[in-house]
Amino acid sequence: MQTLTNRSVVASDKKMTILEWIYIPAIIKGMSITIRHFFRKKTTISYPEQKREFSKVYRGQHVLKRDDEGRERCTACGLCAVACPAEAITMKAAERKPGEEHLYREEKYAEIYEINMLRCIFCGDCEDACPKEAIFLTDRIVESQYKRKPFIYGKDILVEAMDLRIDISARQTEAVYQFKLDKRFAHNK
Amino acid sequence: MPLLKVTIDNIEVEVEAGTTIMNAARIIGGKVVPPAMCYYSKLEGSGGKCRTCLVKVAQGSARDPRPMPKLVASCRTLVQDGMVVQNITSPEAMESRQAITEFLLINHPLDCPVCDQAGECHLQDLSYVHGLQETRTVEERRTFKPIDIGDKIKLNMNRCILCYRCVMVADQITEKRVHGVLGRGDHSEISTLIVKAVDNDFSGNMIDVCPVGALTDNTFRFKSRVWFAKPMDAHRKCSKCSGKVVLWMKGDELLRVTGRKDKYGEVGEFICNDCRFEQKEKNDWIIEGPRTIERHSVISQNHYEISPGESVRMIK
Repeated sequence: MQTLTNRSVVASDKKMTILEWIYIPAIIKGMSITIRHFFRKKTTISYPEQKREFSKVYRGQHVLKRDDEGRERCTACGLCAVACPAEAITMKAAERKPGEEHLYREEKYAEIYEINMLRCIFCGDCEDACPKEAIFLTDRIVESQYKRKPFIYGKDILVEAMDLRIDISARQTEAVYQFKLDKRFAHNK
Repeated sequence: MPLLKVTIDNIEVEVEAGTTIMNAARIIGGKVVPPAMCYYSKLEGSGGKCRTCLVKVAQGSARDPRPMPKLVASCRTLVQDGMVVQNITSPEAMESRQAITEFLLINHPLDCPVCDQAGECHLQDLSYVHGLQETRTVEERRTFKPIDIGDKIKLNMNRCILCYRCVMVADQITEKRVHGVLGRGDHSEISTLIVKAVDNDFSGNMIDVCPVGALTDNTFRFKSRVWFAKPMDAHRKCSKCSGKVVLWMKGDELLRVTGRKDKYGEVGEFICNDCRFEQKEKNDWIIEGPRTIERHSVISQNHYEISPGESVRMIK
């Protein structure tokens, strides 16, 4: 039979020699490999105490941005929900009342905006679809939970607080922004 | 009466005398049908205003084979025997369509993320195909405040393209029209003169005939995007109209009621306001089943259903 690699060895059931039969050399050989790894550099870290540095364009937990005046940018147009391959996003729109102009940028806003983090595959399509530059993925990771319910993130978690704004400038550099504006590219349409 | 032979984009079709180029193209169907923003086959006298349907007539008729000197509005021009029409095969017509789209969008706010019409808007479809990628105008767009004309209809004049369909529908199916187009040229606007409610029994049809989001249903305002609602054919016994409607459902919730639009976005049978605005319970209706939606429409997104014809074509 033709082999796929040159490392394969044809198995045989020939009678073992005495050295092979007592197994001690084989154990020593195996243990030496194990012990050698004790002194190597560790590839793992103990996560909650130690954290790795993330790429600035890591696709983690979402944020719903506010504009510079603190108004919510999201207008509940539903394009993120229709772009979402996992159907993780649901929303309910409401009309802005007179006197709420400082809260919402457009005359319509998302009254309820929910992302099911168990469904989300962090593909970033919602961010690409958003016409209002409202939703972004960030370099934060979604915290683990014991129950399923808390994984449905509502506006209380997703909308950024004005005193704790989340920096998405790496995702939204001028070059990226210009690229998104340029609809000549098929994948931007 | 002998049939007239007309060639549209190299496809020959025989039609009766008195047919417009638009309707001859609609007999052929498919991509050769020019888009229409103002023409509405159910409304008499509609058409000729928006100029999106301009086509090139390469040969006037068999007797007089000279081409027509300018592009003609296909919704208003009658076919003649031996006429040769170019629509998508004429670069001239396509270029003019792009220019017309740009003109229609000059004062359009492009607030599609907010607008309730998005997803079933003809201007959106038109600009998707023929629109420019960027705006070339720097001038201020004219702006109006959205107003309620009647308690169920919202008029957002910013989005209007002055197609006159809503005026014609009022002329045709009501006895007394209370709204119209005021002003001239750039100052034209749809209004009820002195804020007066449109409260005819059939006034809701203004919403259905509006090709853009200028006239929208106040009872559906911001309830849902159209592509999240599921359209169902339904009917009920109604003393005023045929009672044949489309229900836009979300689960068991009935979000809105509209007339049944064909593939050109035209309502066959106008429905009354009672059916449209008052019967918002599922039990008020006899549901016939889900409505067939074109696979490429955004409304069919995430619904996973395809019409039988589509699936046959996919297997082939």
